[in-house]
Amino acid sequence: MWTIIRDLIRYNIEFAIGAMLVGIIVIFSLLSFFSPYAPNDIYVVFPDQPPSAAFWFGTNSRGQDMFWNLTFAFRNTLFFGIMVAVLSRIISITVGLLAGYLGGWVDRSMMFVNDIFVALPIFPILILFYFVLRSDLNMFTLALIMAGLGWPFDARLIRSVAIGLRHREFTRHAVFAGMSPAKIMFEEHLPYVMPIVFSTAMANMIWSIGFEVTLGVLGFTNLNVPTIGTTLYWANNHSAMVVGTWWWIIIPVALIIATFLGLFLLAVSMNEYIDPRSRLRRMGGE
Amino acid sequence: MSTLLEVSNVSMRFVMGGLFSRNHIDAVVDANFTLSAENPEIFTIIGESGSGKTTLARMILGLEKPTAGDILFEGKSAAERNTRAARLAFMRRVQPVFQNPFETFNPLKQVDRYLEATARSLLGARSKADVDAAMDDALQKVGLSLKEIAGRYAHELSGGQLQRVAIARALIPNPALLIADEPVSMVDASLRMSIVNLLKELRDTLKVSVIYITHDLATAYYISDRIIIMQKGHVVEMGPARTVLDTPEHPYSQLLKSSVLSIDAAGMGDLRPADRAMAEAAWSRAGQGALVARDDGRMVRTA
Amino acid sequence: MGDVLTVRNLKAYYQMAYFGVDREVRAVDDVTLTIRENEIYGIAGESSSGKTSLIKTFAAAIRPPLKIVDGSMTYRFGDLEIDPYKASKEDVDAIRWKHLSYIMQGSMSLLNPVRRVKKTFEDFAFKPMGLPRAEFWSKVRAHLERLGLSPNVLEAYPHQLSGGMRQRVVIALATVCQPEFVIADEPTTALDVVVQKDVLAMIRDVQRQMRSSVVFVTHDMSVHANITDRIGIVYAGRLVEEGPTRTLFTAPKHPYTAHLVASLPRIGDTTPKAALEGRPPNLADPPSGCRFHPRCPLAIEKCKTDVPPLETVGSDHRSACWRSDEVRPLAKIGTPEPEVVA
Ligand SMILES: Nc1ncnc2c1ncn2[C@@H]1O[C@H](COP(=O)(O)OP(=O)(O)OP(=O)(O)O)[C@@H](O)[C@H]1O
Ligand SMILES: Nc1ncnc2c1ncn2[C@@H]1O[C@H](COP(=O)(O)OP(=O)(O)OP(=O)(O)O)[C@@H](O)[C@H]1O
Ligand SMILES: [Mg+2]
Ligand SMILES: [Mg+2]
Repeated sequence: MWTIIRDLIRYNIEFAIGAMLVGIIVIFSLLSFFSPYAPNDIYVVFPDQPPSAAFWFGTNSRGQDMFWNLTFAFRNTLFFGIMVAVLSRIISITVGLLAGYLGGWVDRSMMFVNDIFVALPIFPILILFYFVLRSDLNMFTLALIMAGLGWPFDARLIRSVAIGLRHREFTRHAVFAGMSPAKIMFEEHLPYVMPIVFSTAMANMIWSIGFEVTLGVLGFTNLNVPTIGTTLYWANNHSAMVVGTWWWIIIPVALIIATFLGLFLLAVSMNEYIDPRSRLRRMGGE
Repeated sequence: MSTLLEVSNVSMRFVMGGLFSRNHIDAVVDANFTLSAENPEIFTIIGESGSGKTTLARMILGLEKPTAGDILFEGKSAAERNTRAARLAFMRRVQPVFQNPFETFNPLKQVDRYLEATARSLLGARSKADVDAAMDDALQKVGLSLKEIAGRYAHELSGGQLQRVAIARALIPNPALLIADEPVSMVDASLRMSIVNLLKELRDTLKVSVIYITHDLATAYYISDRIIIMQKGHVVEMGPARTVLDTPEHPYSQLLKSSVLSIDAAGMGDLRPADRAMAEAAWSRAGQGALVARDDGRMVRTA
Repeated sequence: MGDVLTVRNLKAYYQMAYFGVDREVRAVDDVTLTIRENEIYGIAGESSSGKTSLIKTFAAAIRPPLKIVDGSMTYRFGDLEIDPYKASKEDVDAIRWKHLSYIMQGSMSLLNPVRRVKKTFEDFAFKPMGLPRAEFWSKVRAHLERLGLSPNVLEAYPHQLSGGMRQRVVIALATVCQPEFVIADEPTTALDVVVQKDVLAMIRDVQRQMRSSVVFVTHDMSVHANITDRIGIVYAGRLVEEGPTRTLFTAPKHPYTAHLVASLPRIGDTTPKAALEGRPPNLADPPSGCRFHPRCPLAIEKCKTDVPPLETVGSDHRSACWRSDEVRPLAKIGTPEPEVVA
């Protein structure tokens, strides 16, 4: 595992950059545990200070130190993204492998449900949830809802790989070795869909974080939890751009773009991690 | 006398192409034979490439549903084996060896997984020691050992080693019927003899019946009791192996025998195609007529 | 007759480290040979003796863990001289398909399962052939027919074809560009004898027409007997005997060859045939001295310690055995009818 990562960093520039960007963001968010201020305290520092040696990212109009405040925001946002990615991967792997391997009516009914989910308009549904749940819509519920909506495309992708695998001779061999369908799906076939799982996980994080930011900016989430979305909401609320406190908007936007870019590069280079042939080619093995 | 396997009037038709071009291929047409439980035998299927040998084997294994006819194993059809327990029971009695050893193992997994799974779920071995013993036992029968195989991936073994591992795996549950689809096509002459001798020994000592699919007429002659010869989905000749191969009657069988390469003309580069008239007769009569019984126990398709 | 491929003291090992334990499989050990223009060179030997590894190195298709440890290998196509392991990747790619093509063992399973056969042809052969589209397809169709395949197979997916059909598709793919050097690993193992004979005749006809070189690997000695001009016998990674086909069959000078020729059953013969005693050597830890000595009926003390060199024992005939003069053929090879001329 470590040697793979080492090789990837050494031979794959996309992965190196992606890992660096994401790594910086993760370390940044972990700094939140050392924050001198609680995330929701306001007017703890002098408001509207531009970035300086004392306040690296400046302070906002609510009297918060942006540096420490953003560490909380990124921690929450990343955690949210990872949770959605993990939960929706579990659903899409299960659905994709089951439908692909079992085929027949299982496949047909699962793909029917899948098609419905593909057709659902996500944004209106999220807003609907907000109005129904209001203050009950915390990060966790939102993650559950997003996970419930974020699996169908990837499940379809996984299913198409699984269908190809079902016709391979080693699958029949596994059947006659007495392996149960679950064992065949999750031990024999899963490794083949891992590249898809990894690269779609990154794409899925970009997708769910994007929605979180959008909802936050519009004020459709719990505003007391610092996230990138709510940070931008408050900035907007205090007309940051107009008043001239640009750092309140530019810095979080720049960081979130770096996060997206990092995740995207990781998604692209993940294929190399799984597909040994292209990995060898890079190492000059051919 | 009870029957082990009964194949009656089995046909298989594949539909190819899209909605508009409806090509169909009759992969197997009206196949009939039975294997008896008391007299284990090596039953050889020989024939043209694409004549439906693999398809027939797969129907017997229950991997493909025949479009017509019945296949009963110990009196039960594949449709009656509708629970997992019933299917596992079937797999304890019938085991396959597939054609292409490079495709039989998952390239991302170690090969011993298949042996281990078989030992656990079909033989019911529990402890690690029992499983290893069962695996090693089976591997020893084919001239390998667990030490050589453990932890290896398919691409690290040669074709012959893989095929022997595949046979070893099939032997773990002590099956009554082994369906071997070209098990020796990828191994050298010496190993070929050891595998073929192994099949013979399985029949004689362990009372295992073997359906042996091959292109090699010489080993077929050497080990089989009965043989069927297939051409374009049809059985053209069927009967005691030696009788059929010594004096083939159907034109395709004759063509087959005359095409066998011999080492007597080594280095002379004699690859002249077989006698034209014989080939003509073989191709023009493909699929015609009905099987007619002869006095010497064989059946020949005659117009 | 020029030499197209010259191999000198070639060593290629699989070098692996599993959890800190180093393993080295000596699959190609000190092989020296030349392949000439206009000949079919057969390579025979036991399963896992390293035949595939040897021709993979010929085809410049090796990947880690297989590595060239020592030796040299040079191709000569007309005026072009190239050692694939010293040349740049571009130069090697340039000779692939056009000058050199490689039919891999088990390659019928390498056809892309989700692409129609047609697409595969387009991917591999269209560019190197450099023909207009219509002409390209008519050429492909004609070539498939020559191999006894209906052009309909172009529309099929690989799993819809039988093993033998797939194998012929692969042969067609590798020969449609008419390369000067063809390397074929077990290309006819999944064919019935009728088709096999036709395919072998086709391969030979094309080869004679083009005066190209073919390296043909199979363990089926009867195929070797009928298609090759010369044969090299490989045992445990080493070339142990090499000579003209007929000579190897009638007067082998290595005990392993003698055994190989005699081990085949024939129709009409049911006398029990024994396989070679003992088990195939483990290439990670090969026997000392002559690698065949533990299974050899002629072995003497010297064989256990000293590696026999590959020495000339007759015209164009080399053998690596300390007691090569004492080797006698174990099988009687019939005399061919007089009217058969090569
Ligand atoms: N899934 C499928 N869909 C369509 N046609 C198929 C399918 N499987 C096999 N066929 C066709 O059925 C015929 C018989 O194929 P099969 O694999 O049984 O031949 P075989 O006798 O085993 O040949 P070989 O000796 O070459 O392995 C072939 O024409 C093949 O194209
Ligand atoms: N990728 C690999 N890693 C480690 N060992 C390997 C690898 N590939 C092959 N080997 C080993 O190298 C030896 C030679 O294998 P090779 O495939 O060249 O044999 P072969 O003569 O072609 O056999 P066959 O006739 O059975 O195909 C075998 O012992 C095999 O286990
Ligand atoms: Mg077949
Ligand atoms: Mg090989």
